[in-house]
Amino acid sequence: MRRYSAFAVAREALRYHSGWERAWASPEPKKKYDVIIIGAGGHGLATAFYLGKRFGIKNVAILEKGWLGGGNTGRNTTIIRSNYLQDPSAAIYEKSRSLYETMSQDLNYNVMFSPRGVIMLAQTHHEVRGYQRTAHANALQGVKTEYIGPERVKELVPIININGPRYPVLGGLWQDRGGTARHDAVAWGYARACSDMGMDVIQKCEVTGIRRESGRVVGVSTSKGEIDCDKLGIVVAGHSGVLADLAGFRLPIESVALQALVSEPIKPCMDVVVMANTVHGYMSQSDKGEMVIGGGADGYNNYTQRGSFHHIEETVRALIETFPMISRLKMLRQWGGIVDMTGDRSPILSKTPVDGVFINCGWGTGGFKAIPGSGYGMAELIAKGSSPLTDAFSLNRFKEGRFIDESVAAGVAH
Amino acid sequence: MLMLECPYCGVTADETELSPGGEAHLTRFGPGASDDEFHDYLFMRENPKGVHFERWRHAYGCGKWFHAARATDTLEVFGTYPAQTTKPPQEILDKISAKRPGWTWRDLK
Ligand SMILES: Cc1cc2nc3c(=O)[nH]c(=O)nc-3n(C[C@H](O)[C@H](O)[C@H](O)COP(=O)(O)OP(=O)(O)OC[C@H]3O[C@@H](n4cnc5c(N)ncnc54)[C@H](O)[C@@H]3O)c2cc1C
Ligand SMILES: [Zn+2]
Repeated sequence: MRRYSAFAVAREALRYHSGWERAWASPEPKKKYDVIIIGAGGHGLATAFYLGKRFGIKNVAILEKGWLGGGNTGRNTTIIRSNYLQDPSAAIYEKSRSLYETMSQDLNYNVMFSPRGVIMLAQTHHEVRGYQRTAHANALQGVKTEYIGPERVKELVPIININGPRYPVLGGLWQDRGGTARHDAVAWGYARACSDMGMDVIQKCEVTGIRRESGRVVGVSTSKGEIDCDKLGIVVAGHSGVLADLAGFRLPIESVALQALVSEPIKPCMDVVVMANTVHGYMSQSDKGEMVIGGGADGYNNYTQRGSFHHIEETVRALIETFPMISRLKMLRQWGGIVDMTGDRSPILSKTPVDGVFINCGWGTGGFKAIPGSGYGMAELIAKGSSPLTDAFSLNRFKEGRFIDESVAAGVAH
Repeated sequence: MLMLECPYCGVTADETELSPGGEAHLTRFGPGASDDEFHDYLFMRENPKGVHFERWRHAYGCGKWFHAARATDTLEVFGTYPAQTTKPPQEILDKISAKRPGWTWRDLK
């Protein structure tokens, strides 16, 4: 792999950019791999990356039914933070946030990580108590966050209206090391690194069956034929239920639509990420100047990648009261993704009832921030059967009553 | 926007008038049940890409709970029926079979 650098840009400028290589290969599948990962979203690619990097397992294929990052990884509002309440969450999300800090260097791919800071607004007394509690928990976990008052919020976000009669700003949970990153670049950067290690990233290859013998996985059936494997990782977000069904087990997961939208580009006006969980509105400004807005999830099962319009309306209606200056903005695009929701709003990284099959899912509305940390732990789980980062997130936590309840303050986590 | 007909008052309601209530026809397990039965009842959910049966409530109307048969991959609605049953009516099952031969949901076909 030819490295990207300032020198490479200069060199290519002098020869009409004729020397750039393809970032990753597009091979046909081999007959057999040590590990097959289903799903080339961020989590699947990061899992493969760390299988190679940490454990030297490189005979790996990543099978994707559509295109790289075409699932939720390319559809989210890119908020990265680690101010969760429970200890297992703090461990994996903080590991992840810290890996984002060096991801561009580690992958030699600019993922545009921007640690601009994230504020979660407290707009009800319930949230004030909830976020103060989270700030204390974070102090014990070694995650740097701070509970701030409304004046400090106004200082950080001059365009905010803190006196809204319906949704006053009573305070906020501030994580100055949170931020955003370019979501496509995260998928592309990992794919390039995986391809460089000799792994096969295979797009337009849908898994349609999971073959088992005596309770153990032996391979998958795909739109590109039969492929054998020793171990299998299912990392397909909204489609987890479908794949679990093919493997013959059930999941405590329901798939629903979550939506986002962006405005026309305007001059820089907000240099932090603001989350208003009470009204299900999340906003940041992209480098192009668009206001990127995330909304609430639908309440019913859906696989159509189209959400209900009234959720957009509710989000925007509430946000223009908190940010009056956006009321005249035109919205350019709106889209949906299918998110995999668990009862305790925490993910599942686990062995399954089928030997050799592992699953990584349940990230729901908030897994973009977790991509590197999840891949780091998931690779260890697949290689060794256990990982300190993932063990608490096993499938049997529901039966054993070990919930990792992250639905505390607002029941959402973007 | 999703629209469902309330089987009680006959109103065709927009989804903003309704509240979703999750998977239909769950068997409640409680005291005396095995750990597995109780766990499955509390946490495991059908999550099909295709035919699904759900509970809805006509929240801003007559207030009653009812059932809907719907496809999660197209948002097509096959029909709605009252809540006082543990199984979808045959005519709805027939309608689904006509449109989607080979469909399954739990042990229904
Ligand atoms: C609108 C929206 C806003 C969000 N905002 C945020 C946010 O601000 N911050 C945050 O942290 N998170 C956010 N999220 C959540 C985040 O996007 C997801 O949790 C994360 O991207 C999941 O990554 P993944 O790799 O698990 O899944 P995906 O990126 O969805 O990848 C799964 C892949 O599996 C493939 N697949 C499915 N079935 C098969 C099959 N049978 N065979 C082969 N391949 C298959 C799919 O095509 C897909 O590419 C948001 C999500 C949405 C929808
Ligand atoms: Zn009614």
